[in-house]
Amino acid sequence: MSIEIMLNAAGLAFIVAGSRWQQPDGQVMFLFILAMAAAEVSVGLAVVLRLFQHFGSLDSDRASEMKG
Amino acid sequence: MQIAFYIAAGVALFATVMTITRINAVHALLYLVVSLLAVAVAFFTLGAPMMAALEVIIYAGAIMTLFIFVMMLLNASEQVIEAERRWLAPGIWTGPAILAAILIVEVAYLGWGAAGARTGPPIGPKEIGIALYGPYAIGVELASMLLLAGLVGAYHLGRRKWPRPEVGDDINTGERRAYFSGDAVRAGDRRSAGAPERAVPIDVHRDHA
Repeated sequence: MSIEIMLNAAGLAFIVAGSRWQQPDGQVMFLFILAMAAAEVSVGLAVVLRLFQHFGSLDSDRASEMKG
Repeated sequence: MQIAFYIAAGVALFATVMTITRINAVHALLYLVVSLLAVAVAFFTLGAPMMAALEVIIYAGAIMTLFIFVMMLLNASEQVIEAERRWLAPGIWTGPAILAAILIVEVAYLGWGAAGARTGPPIGPKEIGIALYGPYAIGVELASMLLLAGLVGAYHLGRRKWPRPEVGDDINTGERRAYFSGDAVRAGDRRSAGAPERAVPIDVHRDHA
C-alpha cells in the first residue's frame, strides 16, 4: 500500500511538471507509472498469496530461511 | 480554481495519513481509495483530465479492487469473518464518506470544462495520443512487454496445484506444519502479535487431487 502511495506521489509530481510547461510528457510518464504499478501489484500480491499459503501467516520473519 | 486544488490536496494528505496510521488493513484500504480519488481531482484542476479519469478507472478501480480482493482472500477464516463484520459496520464508512463527499462537491463545482485555468488549457487525450504514437512509441511497447511479464508471473504464482517437495524434506520432523493463527492481517484486537494459536499439520497430498 505504501508503494502505491509513493508511486502516486511521483506521478503527481510528473503531472504537475507537465502542466507547468504545457507538455503532454508528464501525463505520458504517469501513464507508464500506472502500467508499471498495475504489473507490480499483480505480481506482488501473487507473491504474498504464495507466502501465506506456505507459511500460514504473513509474518515476513518466517521467510528468513532459504530452503522450503 | 486554486482553492479547488488546495482542497483536493488537503483531502489527499489527510486520507494518506489516515491510511498509514490505521491498524486495520481494510480501513487503510478505504482511506487509500479516497486518497487516490483526491489526487485524481487534483489532476483535474491541473489540466490533466484524461489522467484524472485513468487514475480513477485503473488505479482506484482496478488496482485497489485487486488489493481488496487479496485482503479478503487472506482473511477468509472463521475467526476473521466475524471480525470483518465489525470492520464493515456503518460507522467505519463515515470517515472516507465525508472525504469523498468533499471531493464530489468540489468536482460538481468545477464543472466539466473549467479545468486548467491556472496553468493554461487542459492537455486532452489528443495531445497524449500524439505523444504516445510519436516519441514514446518505444515506451508503449516496453509497457506492453512489462504487462505481459506481469501477467505470466502472476498466473504462474497463483496456480493451485503447486508441486510440493517430498514429505521428508523438513529438517526437523519430516512433516510440514503451518502455523495458522487465524488472520493474516491484524483484526485489530490481537494481544500477541505473530504467536501461533494452533499448529495445523498440512496434508501434502490434499491439493494434488
